[in-house]
This record gives sequence, structure tokens and C-alpha cells, in this order.
Amino acid sequence: MKNFTITLSEAATATTFLPKPSSAMESTATIPVQAAYDSKIEGNIIFTRVDAAINWMRKNSLWPMPMGLACCAIELMATASARFDISRFGMEVMRFSPRQADVMIVAGTVTYKMALAVKRVWDQMPEPKWCIAMGACASSGGMYRSYAVLQGIDQLIPVDVYISGCPPRPEALIEGLMKLQEKIDAEHSTQDQKKTFFEENA
Amino acid sequence: MSAVLEDDLPALRDALGAGILSEVEFRGENTLNLSLDALPKALAFCKDSLGYELLLDISSLDHFGDDPRFEVVYELASLDDTRHLRLKAKVSEDESVPTAIHLWKAADWHEREVWDMMGIPFSDHPNLKRILMWEGYPYFPLRKDFPLAGRPTDMPDVASTGVAPLEGGPFVTAPGMEGGAKREPRARHQE
Repeated sequence: MKNFTITLSEAATATTFLPKPSSAMESTATIPVQAAYDSKIEGNIIFTRVDAAINWMRKNSLWPMPMGLACCAIELMATASARFDISRFGMEVMRFSPRQADVMIVAGTVTYKMALAVKRVWDQMPEPKWCIAMGACASSGGMYRSYAVLQGIDQLIPVDVYISGCPPRPEALIEGLMKLQEKIDAEHSTQDQKKTFFEENA
Repeated sequence: MSAVLEDDLPALRDALGAGILSEVEFRGENTLNLSLDALPKALAFCKDSLGYELLLDISSLDHFGDDPRFEVVYELASLDDTRHLRLKAKVSEDESVPTAIHLWKAADWHEREVWDMMGIPFSDHPNLKRILMWEGYPYFPLRKDFPLAGRPTDMPDVASTGVAPLEGGPFVTAPGMEGGAKREPRARHQE
């Protein structure tokens, strides 16, 4: 995952960002340092919860892993290109290495021969990670009710967002990605981690 | 029929004799039904003497219930695209077809596909293994007695297959129907 430095989490830490009193202030020693308001730092400090900050950072820089397997991949490429342009949502950094990706977009027909390769790529993605099943084939096998096609990628890996269509329009993919953003925004990652930590060490 | 092809057919008749079981011409396409014994000689004659430089395809049919059960189909063409010829030969379940790799390199993958999907073996093929399914898959999926929904298999760390829910299918299209919704693949019951 990306290395974010969480600078602001508790109100108490904010005082460390106050500028040191200037020498002019020391010399006169009649003007007290006011911690309440300072125009030099006002606007650079935001009070928030850690979860909210982390979710905000995660959802606005989703790096997709394009798992293009069939015609849906064409729409996926169109979505990334100039006309539809998912860089407007901070999702344009398509990573062909699973180790740098956040969200796997399974775009196309997953054959049984390909299924374990998709699973292996998914397993190589670091947590936290999300999965989008793009189109009918990735969601349910689509029109391929046959011996050769996996009947939905959710039989192998957990899917966060299903996008209907055959193939879906680029607008539908963007809608799906925005739904995923909403989902990420509602997560309680550190709260859950804290809960798990206390449960494990109880 | 092109003028050149008119000369080819008598030459083939002379060379193969009783190996030609029947000849069919339909809409300008010429098909020779051969005995399996005559097939390698016919292919070599077409390539070397008649100048069919191109092997377009090898396909296969499953006449389930008949004997011989299978049939292989060779589509030949000349490079200038003036002549096309189709050779067919019936193969029973315990027979194998002599490979055509020494004539056309293209036969390699075509024969592997026929072996993979239909299970017709080719003798003397240097690398006869599955090309679409994985090594170890136990069925030949295009055979008539193999269900469309598939059969469950599992090879840990290699691949697994399941049974597809057909929900009253198979799903077929109706290309002539008016309106896109009616043309789409749907489960249509035979009436």
C-alpha cells in the first residue's frame, strides 16, 4: 500500500505544529503566544478521525489491476482513455503488477483454465484490496453456460461490486468504481483492527 | 468449378482409385469422401503433385451412434486462392489418423485441437497433447455424449471445472427474429 504519513489525528498533536516564537517575541516578552488561532497555519490543519482520513486517501487513489480477459477489457481501456478518463477520480494508475494494485477489475469471461491464474494474481495483491466483477461473464458466467467457463468469479474471490452489461458501458464501470468509493468510505478499518487486536490479546 | 480444379479431380481419381468412396459438389465446393487408408496418400498427392500448398483447417465430426463414429475433414487450398478442396474420411473409435505434419506444418495445432476436443488420436504426431484444455483433463468436450454443462473435475493447483446451471437451456439465438430482445440467447424449448 502507499506510504501515507498520518500527521493529524488527535487534537493534542496539533500544538506541535505551532511555530516557535520568533526572536522578536522573545525580546519583548510582553506578547503571549496564542495557540488558538494563527493565520500562518490556519488552513493547513484538519481535525478528523483516522478512519475517515485513511478512507479518504484510499478511495481517491484506487490503483486498478486490469484483469482484461475478453471484450469487457476493450470497454475498460476506453474507460481509462481520454473520452471517459477515470483519472478524474484518481483511478488512472493501472498497475500490471498485482503488488502495486488496490482493486482488481475482472473484465471478461473467466475460463476454468484462466481461473486459477486470476486467483493467483488476486492472492499477490496486498491488503486492503477490492474486486469488481465487470460484465455478465465475470459476474455469473454470462451467456457461457458451458463446460469451459467459470460461472462467476465470486466462486473464487470475494467481489465487492458487480457491474451488469455485456459489455458494460464505460459510464457503468465508472459508476461501479464510484460505488466502490462509497463502500470504502464507509469502512471502519482502524476501529476493526483495534477490536481484533483487543480480542486477540484479551 | 474452376478450370484447374476440373483437371485435379481426374488426377485424384487416377491416383486413388477405389480410395474415393464418393464425390460431392455443392455450390462450387468440392468434397471427396475417402477411406481412411487412402487419406495419407490423397493428402500427399494434393500437396506434392497438385499444388495445394495451404492447409486451411482440420475439423472433425462425431456421428454418435454410427460406426465408424468419427469423421475428420481437411480443408485444402492453393496459395493463389483459385482452388479449394475438402477431403473427408471416417474414423472409428479404435483407429488413429496418420499425421499430416510432414506435409503442412499447420497440421500440428489443428491435429492437437481435434485430439483435445474430440479425442481422435493422430499417429506419428511429435507432440500430441491438449492445446485448449489442460493436460490431465479427463474428457473430450465436443463429443456428443459429453453434456454441454460439463462434468466436475478437480486437479489441485492446476484447474477445476464445475457443472454450469443450464436453467432449462441450452441457450440458443434466433437470428431471424424481429427485435433485439427476441434475437438474444434464450432457453427455447423444443416444440
